[in-house]
Amino acid sequence: MNPRRKQRLLAVSAVVLVVASAIGLMLYALGQNIDLFYTPSEIVQGKKGVKPQVGQRLRVGGMVVEGSVRRDADSLAVSFDLVDTGPTITVSYQGILPDLFREGQGIVATGYLTQANHIQAEEVLAKHDEEYMPPELAEAMKGIKHVKPSEAGY
Amino acid sequence: MLAELGHFSLVLALLMAILLAIYPLWGAQRGNAALMATARPLALGTFLFTAFSYFCLSWAFFENDFSVAYVAHNSNTLLPWYYRLTAVWGGHEGSFLLWVLIFSVWTVAVALFSRSIPQEILSRVLGVLGLVGVGFYLYMLLASNPFERLLPFFPVDGRDLNPLLQDFGMIIHPPLLYMGYVGFSVVFAFAIAALIAGRLDSTWARWSRPWTLAAWVFLTLGIALGSWWAYKELGWGGWWFWDPVENASFMPWLVGTALLHSLAVTEKRKVFKSWTVLLAISAFCLSLLGTFLVRSGILVSVHSFASDPTRGLFILALLMLVIGGSLLLYALRAPQLRSIGRYQLLSREMMLIGNNILLSAATLVVLLGTLLPLVHKELGLGSISIGAPFFDQMFVYLVVPFVFLLAMGPLSRWKQQSLSALRSQVLQALLISIGAALLLSLGTDPFSYMATLGLLLSLLIVVTTVQEIRQRLAGDGEVLVQLKKLTPSHWGMVLGHLGFAVMIIGIAMVTSFSIERDVRMSPGDSIDLAGYTFRLDGVKPLQGPNYTGHVAIMDIYQNGEKYSHVEAEKRFYTVQRSVMTEAAIDVGVTRDLYVALGEQLNNGAWALRVYVKPFIRWIWAGALLMAIGGCLSLSDKRYRLKKRAHDPVSATSERVQEAC
Repeated sequence: MNPRRKQRLLAVSAVVLVVASAIGLMLYALGQNIDLFYTPSEIVQGKKGVKPQVGQRLRVGGMVVEGSVRRDADSLAVSFDLVDTGPTITVSYQGILPDLFREGQGIVATGYLTQANHIQAEEVLAKHDEEYMPPELAEAMKGIKHVKPSEAGY
Repeated sequence: MLAELGHFSLVLALLMAILLAIYPLWGAQRGNAALMATARPLALGTFLFTAFSYFCLSWAFFENDFSVAYVAHNSNTLLPWYYRLTAVWGGHEGSFLLWVLIFSVWTVAVALFSRSIPQEILSRVLGVLGLVGVGFYLYMLLASNPFERLLPFFPVDGRDLNPLLQDFGMIIHPPLLYMGYVGFSVVFAFAIAALIAGRLDSTWARWSRPWTLAAWVFLTLGIALGSWWAYKELGWGGWWFWDPVENASFMPWLVGTALLHSLAVTEKRKVFKSWTVLLAISAFCLSLLGTFLVRSGILVSVHSFASDPTRGLFILALLMLVIGGSLLLYALRAPQLRSIGRYQLLSREMMLIGNNILLSAATLVVLLGTLLPLVHKELGLGSISIGAPFFDQMFVYLVVPFVFLLAMGPLSRWKQQSLSALRSQVLQALLISIGAALLLSLGTDPFSYMATLGLLLSLLIVVTTVQEIRQRLAGDGEVLVQLKKLTPSHWGMVLGHLGFAVMIIGIAMVTSFSIERDVRMSPGDSIDLAGYTFRLDGVKPLQGPNYTGHVAIMDIYQNGEKYSHVEAEKRFYTVQRSVMTEAAIDVGVTRDLYVALGEQLNNGAWALRVYVKPFIRWIWAGALLMAIGGCLSLSDKRYRLKKRAHDPVSATSERVQEAC
């Protein structure tokens, strides 16, 4: 092999090696950091027949049920109920809620499922817009008209 | 009336761009001097008409002309005049007008500052810019016209500017960022022009370098400013969120950085030609992709504009056309690009290609993390999100080999580097930096591996930079005289690398040693954090020009003595009915004290965020150093050499560069 070819071969194999290991590491890191999105009814009834496991990290998006926000008197602990079109789930959170957190508004929470219908949230997000509804939720609620979440039968 | 003139002027600018896309390219192909000569005036014309159009929209904002729909949506009579002028880029249509204006500024800058470039090349470059411009102007006029009227029933007052954007950082962040984004179009145009002509030589690299540097400097500053603004204005105390829109600006930056280095090799050693061209094309395509992601509304982010499917489709089509067209051209021409230079495995070329690969890998990581949720959703696999830990983890993996190559690169020679010389230098540097990093981190409490690693990497860069300068001074003569011989672009490299080192320290410290407390406080309460005592004196009501709110008054004590006084605001913008947090920050070189007011709780208590952020300023200081380094390189004389290719001066400077 002449030096030029050798050099090219080395360069190409270096590239392949680096790319392969990068992709490997990337997939490994990805596997640990993907949060699946659920709506409250998907958590309770399952999404395509599969219910999330207790202890699983996930994201949930729903509307905050009116009158469900309960604050602890001495700390920043807060809990509230979330709903889309079916059963509700409870979210507990320790910390400051976003500026636009309101009862009756759409929010997205990321955290762990601690019981079948309870989530310990690490992060609560509300959009900087009064009429915001998480797009995933808007999709889930599409086609269900004339039913306000607050009057959905509970 | 002025709004209609602005619209008309935009149409004229489109016509100019169409002519610019046809005549000079045709002329260059046919060797027709008269047609080629139209390039400069046409570029100037595009700029003038766009500038006039921009002026018209600004005037409508200044005069509170709410019959223009865009003004009514993004301004208000209560808004101070300077925010009314910056509100021009507060929404989708206007910010795209700014985008187009900046595009025409770059075009006209190429026309004016490229006297040393042969007319034929210049015509091709301007022609390609014209082609890209046609796409932008069409998009502007067909899908997002800022001059649409709300007649006959127009509102008495406007809906006000998004409060997030009512801030000094926001006045300069978008223009800087756009200068960076759009600046890559010039580099792209140079690459495409060279591909069309079939001539890619080191002169091409020399012409492209200053434009790449300029765009890169703007992008660096724009991203740093955006990060600083998010820290100050979002009230979370974070400086980078891996938000899709941040990622969209970060990808061109990564590729741009790779391109800067690869261009240096192509200019000096005449190798890596096809790789450099590919980078030039991808930098611009990633800028376009970023635009598409931000403006189509398919991503959920703090930045996302109102979604409109036709806009998304239009940009997607433009994206396809640009990427497809340029890659096709590349595929046709790339086989002809022969790199003549030779180099050994251990040489500066290899170090630089290694760093290029790592930067491309980093871009790939960001691209994957940004697009995967989208693809996943479109395939019907359900919504997912990829959290910041993914990116953090990947970047830690990537930065370690990156820094090692960065440290060894400047120490190595072109073509061939002797292993033993490099080994002893690197060992020396490694020993010094490991020792220093350990000493420094022994003082920290608690001990953190990540912080030590960050210190080590950063010190390694500093030590090897010093070694490299000493290596340059090894010849005879006074040190000062020798120092003066180093070119500005050499100092630019030194500053750029040191800036990166400073930034690593900032990132490592702030991620390892930040103290964040969310607390419940009543007036009179105090909390101890990292040796400081934060005492809440009270919360008072607040009245601003277009907002009301509350302000928390806090005194900070250290060792029982009063140290600082901060006021954190929570504003309620009445017109937009939205709440904004204005964090109070006591700025320091080694740490920031950060207080943000949260929600009101019962019994007069408030929720507050009290943070101590060590070394956070170093992150932005590092970016600033990099940008200054870029400017220094830009000031290098060799970019302004005249056409006389073989006069004694430039011949010597060529030889000097070869020796470098």
